[in-house]
Amino acid sequence: MIEFITSPFTYSFMQRGFLAALLVGVLCSVVGVYIVLRGMAFLGDALAHAILPGVAIAYLLGGNLILGAFVAAIAVAIGIGFFSSEGTIKEDTAIGILFSAAFALGVALISSIRTYAVDLSHILFGNVLGVSVNDLIFTGILTVIILAIVAINYKQFMAISFDPILATMMRLPVQFLRYLMLVMLGLTVVVSIQTVGVGLAAAMLVTPAASAYLLTGRLPSMMIVSAIIGAISSLVGLYISYYINIASGSAIVLTATLIFLLAFAFSPRRSKITHS
Amino acid sequence: MESMENPTVSAHLDVENIEAGYNGESVLKKISFSVPAGQSLAVVGPNGAGKSTLFKVLVGLLPIRSGTVQIHGKPLGYHLDCVAYVPQREAIDWKFPVTVLDVVVMGRFGKLKWLQKPRKEDFEIALHSLEQMGIGDLAKNSIEDLSGGQQQRVFLARALAQNPHILLLDEPFTGVDASTQETTMNLLEKLHQKGVTSMVSTHDLNMAATRFSQVLLINRKIIAYGKPEEVFTPENLQIGFGGQVLSMHGVMVVDECCPPDDLR
Repeated sequence: MIEFITSPFTYSFMQRGFLAALLVGVLCSVVGVYIVLRGMAFLGDALAHAILPGVAIAYLLGGNLILGAFVAAIAVAIGIGFFSSEGTIKEDTAIGILFSAAFALGVALISSIRTYAVDLSHILFGNVLGVSVNDLIFTGILTVIILAIVAINYKQFMAISFDPILATMMRLPVQFLRYLMLVMLGLTVVVSIQTVGVGLAAAMLVTPAASAYLLTGRLPSMMIVSAIIGAISSLVGLYISYYINIASGSAIVLTATLIFLLAFAFSPRRSKITHS
Repeated sequence: MESMENPTVSAHLDVENIEAGYNGESVLKKISFSVPAGQSLAVVGPNGAGKSTLFKVLVGLLPIRSGTVQIHGKPLGYHLDCVAYVPQREAIDWKFPVTVLDVVVMGRFGKLKWLQKPRKEDFEIALHSLEQMGIGDLAKNSIEDLSGGQQQRVFLARALAQNPHILLLDEPFTGVDASTQETTMNLLEKLHQKGVTSMVSTHDLNMAATRFSQVLLINRKIIAYGKPEEVFTPENLQIGFGGQVLSMHGVMVVDECCPPDDLR
């Protein structure tokens, strides 16, 4: 039994994979709390898909994939702001157009590579077993930065999420805080492509947080429970992936989904939610 | 607790020739009035008259197209937290995972530094505010369990915890039970004695006439402003409400069966 648990760790690439998955699971789940409470799931999914061309270009040029993803995320966020500024078109329309366009461009670029199928599937669904030491350090640093942003602005984020009117009246920099949240979301998505890929990043942002929402009644406990669910999903998912040999990103997301279904079935909140 | 007991410094409010609206045509035009410190003012008018718009302007949520708003003789935004605003309750996601006490403590955030956690005194003030609103026992409850009247009381408690000089309530008597209406009125009267300036929008003309020292009747522009008996004349009501008001034996009734689209 002990061997069952320890055997994956005999490989150093598995150790790095577990560590990376754990970091990303916790990070996505904490940031995801805001995504769920503020109804930004669509934006999270869009950002995840929109970074594909950045990753593809970085790959073709032999540069850093994460840097490419980061540049693309910012470009798309600015683009969404540009097209929807002053109500020219609605924001969700702008998001819909830009993220599919960016995704199509990314697939087009990757399809020009000979080892297309393998590379695309790594980017779409993650390649947690290919995490290098540098990737791990980068993931660790970004995780610390993003969690620090959450801690520093905890009170302010709560105020703008719960009651933007009160936040405005107390002269909080509401616009700045909104942009800060977007940047945080973008960085989180970038970090998560290594483990779950662009196709499944949105699931890690939303599913653990939604499960925690069903199980808790206060913001701090929702964050902690969400982080725990994210961590469990990552670990259990990787074991499943290791032993029955399926894609790690899928195994992680499916584990998270299973936890969500259990939370949904046993939620103390659900009876109230379905009634209203 | 000391800040609660301090007699609050009264504020006066000067609105000069403001024009404001959302898209296209202005909802409010050429609005000028001034509220002396410590007044309790009821704002009345038909649906779509711009009552909510006026309140949003006064708290700085809606930019004005022209004119000025001054509090204590200083422009809007100069005083950080002396105005408390209780919005209409639909503006809030009542399933947000916070307790009643959490919501009231949020009213203290304006007095805290960026990284500062709410202090012991902030919790004490919040709890005391809840007790004043008669819902101290709900402090630990989740907000999703509250009735409409209780939601209203939580908001009022939060406004109280802000320790404001000017209190703005938008439709606090709509859709709440009689006991919450009475608690709200008692609170307003208590604050009035402490010198807090209050402005309350309402559909209840009789309450405006009997429980407030001043009444402002608007319908996109000011129809009348002054003591209730000066404002509620048949002529003013006719101009303000058209045929919507019936006056029967001294009781005014607003016919709201077919209100125009509200512009709030």
